[in-house]
Amino acid sequence: MKTKRPSLKSVFVLWIPSILITLGILLPLIYLVIRAYDANIDAWSLLLKSSTIKTLGRTVWLAVWVTLFSILVALPLAWLTTRSDIPFKRMWAILTPLPLVIPSYVGAYLLVSMLGPRGMVQQWLEGSLGISRLPEIYGFPGALYILTVLSFPFILLSIRSSLQRVDPSLEEASRSLGNNAWQTFWKVIFPQLKPAILTGSLLVVLYVLRDFGAVSIMRYNTFTRVIYIQYQSSFDRSTAAILSLVLVSLTIIILIIKQVSQNRAIIERSDSKNTRPPPIIPLGKWRWPALIFCSSIVIVTLIIPGSNLIYWVLRGVQAGEKIGNLWEATQNSILASGLAAVLILIAAIPIAIISVRYPNKLSGMIERTTYLSFALPGIVVALALVFFGSNYVSALYQSLPLLLFAYLVLFLPEAVGSVKTSLQQINPNLEEAARSLGSQPFRVFQKITFPLVRPGLVAGFGLVFLTTMKELSATLILSPIGYKTLAIGVWDAVSEAFFARAAAPALLIILISSVPLALMTFRKERKY
Amino acid sequence: MKYLYVIFTKLPKTLRNSFKIFPLLLIFTFQVFLSSCVSNDIETQESLIIYSGRSESLVGPIIESFIESTGIQVDVRYGGTAELAATLLEEGDSSPADLFFAQDPGGLGAVAEQGMLSALPEDMLSLVDPRFIDPSGNWVGISGRARVIVYNTDTLSPEDLPTDLQGFTDPKWKGKIGLPPTNTSFQTMLTGMREIWGEAETKLWLEGILENDPVYYEKNTPTVAAVAAGEVEVGFVNHYYLYRFLAEEGESFSARNYFLPSGGPGSLILVSAIGVIESSDNFENAEKFIQFLLSNEAQQYFANETFEYPLIEGISIPANLPPIENLNSVNISLGDLVDLDGTIKMLQEVEMLP
Repeated sequence: MKTKRPSLKSVFVLWIPSILITLGILLPLIYLVIRAYDANIDAWSLLLKSSTIKTLGRTVWLAVWVTLFSILVALPLAWLTTRSDIPFKRMWAILTPLPLVIPSYVGAYLLVSMLGPRGMVQQWLEGSLGISRLPEIYGFPGALYILTVLSFPFILLSIRSSLQRVDPSLEEASRSLGNNAWQTFWKVIFPQLKPAILTGSLLVVLYVLRDFGAVSIMRYNTFTRVIYIQYQSSFDRSTAAILSLVLVSLTIIILIIKQVSQNRAIIERSDSKNTRPPPIIPLGKWRWPALIFCSSIVIVTLIIPGSNLIYWVLRGVQAGEKIGNLWEATQNSILASGLAAVLILIAAIPIAIISVRYPNKLSGMIERTTYLSFALPGIVVALALVFFGSNYVSALYQSLPLLLFAYLVLFLPEAVGSVKTSLQQINPNLEEAARSLGSQPFRVFQKITFPLVRPGLVAGFGLVFLTTMKELSATLILSPIGYKTLAIGVWDAVSEAFFARAAAPALLIILISSVPLALMTFRKERKY
Repeated sequence: MKYLYVIFTKLPKTLRNSFKIFPLLLIFTFQVFLSSCVSNDIETQESLIIYSGRSESLVGPIIESFIESTGIQVDVRYGGTAELAATLLEEGDSSPADLFFAQDPGGLGAVAEQGMLSALPEDMLSLVDPRFIDPSGNWVGISGRARVIVYNTDTLSPEDLPTDLQGFTDPKWKGKIGLPPTNTSFQTMLTGMREIWGEAETKLWLEGILENDPVYYEKNTPTVAAVAAGEVEVGFVNHYYLYRFLAEEGESFSARNYFLPSGGPGSLILVSAIGVIESSDNFENAEKFIQFLLSNEAQQYFANETFEYPLIEGISIPANLPPIENLNSVNISLGDLVDLDGTIKMLQEVEMLP
């Protein structure tokens, strides 16, 4: 595609909003630099300490392994649920991305209660088989397991949407040249999936970097956990800022790596948007192994945690535990997450458009900048907005708009990614044709662009909705005072060991955020 | 099944239509935005904003009864003590908060250090044992917790347990100790230990405990749960978490508290505490609230409902709680235990903290 010179109109409609949003995203970084500037030499020398470097190594190590395992799980799942004739295909397509809706602190608690040294599985094994000790889940294995389970859907969703639009003619050519389905996959399809795998992996890596809930319960010291300990133990904001800046630098390095490997990956798509669905490949005798694979993934990642939660709710009800009035919290959660998803989508559209339609240095920079805060722990972004909000826009401080802005800073990349993917599917010639036939640019957008990117908007909405629904650190600090959400309800109960009371709001979070996610998979499915 | 089908086919359409009401949503957002601005402007004298590091399930009911009895509107922001302290520090003089109710004096100390707490009146401070107030009068203790050893009742009985903390460095406790190294109460106990035993002895003790490969938990609650589950046999925690489990799980819960008989740092009494934010122009109501927390009604509530020790005279405590006078507690003022930084450094040196 040739690079166009931006028109004057596009400067106002696209470039200026994009730049303003990017500047907003940079606020936490400015805050971190201000705080780091206050730091004394002791805090800076922390960077050179072997324990800091070790923690950095452990964090990267975990992120790499979680990503590898996620790809291993996601790639076959994505292929089976789009391109094979696996029975109940639609059901698998809807169920497999759902683990994404489980908050990491809930997932980790459930894992410990199941597989912990004295968990349910252990007790059952001890009773029936006399096995006295399961392998240790705390530390690396537990963190790897739980983070893989909760984040592989990022890669799954991204590969699925890419698989649905690979050009069937390339495959047919490969098959006619005598390659079998397996060879065709690795030689023809896989190279086309690389960008999707990279995009999904980026989300997974950054998710691992900023996660606090799972790693603290699994007692694996990542960088984020060390940052939290700085706040928790010594109220030391300067040291925390320096460590956070390390996390930002790490993000920059990861973005560069992604950029370089993306440039090397082949991204050749036939120029016309194909309307033909890709061919379905019969599984034959592989049907049963495939079914077993899909069902074990769903059982392990969804059914077991879900039924565990239901067990806790029932147990609580039986013990006379008041579930309490969750109606208000449910409403608040839906309102805040829904508004955040809409707002973030609106902000994502200009950024996605310029990065697809006007690929140049500036638009690339703008798009990558949206990721900079994505690896930061929620508390850091929250404190940055406390600093700016309370001191410079006190009228907005601790109001819903500021909370929504915090969500924007935290989760914008998810929406930009989804919108961008669907924009890439649209052939710009289509828009140009409409324009040359005399349509006004807005009408072109309304009639051509918008309907075509709608699947991307729905996907972005679903992703942002479920992530904001789970969000806790920023919500606790920046929400309007007295604003209760489901996530806050879970946190309140868990922190005082009222597990039964925590189960009901946790279950609600999962159920409610499943709806848009299931719908978005379903919509895509219907076309095939 | 048919019903499901209808839901699945109709809903996407509804969702699609919802994109047509973007403008409506925008207006709605704007309205919410406006209303939140307005509500910020109206600040009647009869209201209070509290940042509470203690969770709603514990202090919500007592705040409700304050609202009922005084008619003062109270808005509470619940969060972790440390996160709220950091928030207050970032807010500085523009903080909307009138009061900071903290899980431990550490958070209040960090805020007071920046001059963000105002001195409390003498008559209020004098209600509470001087051990449990800030020497410079910036905060006052509200409820007490004793440091204890929680032990698993299936494998241990009290006779098996040592009389003081030193006993746990014995190799026979290898792999059997659980503790929350990031927890402020645990760290304050160590600060007390440095005060009572001295730096060298404390470090030696920590190294002795480390020799026994202790298991780390994130905080007190999971430590107690792990002890009851038999993951570890003993845990270093505050006393009142156990009673919460007993209330939910019943008497069959297999963990109990052991109050170290020989005193020392293992028998410290810690407190939750409260202070008034300097920038608040609502001192009168803030003071009323503290007075309420130190009233018979509130103190009785803490004793009965959260199983903490009342800090004023003449409150009865639940039968399964040993009276505070019987505890071999150390006579040390919590105001002297402010050097949390030193403790953190030591914990990092021995690599109990990253």
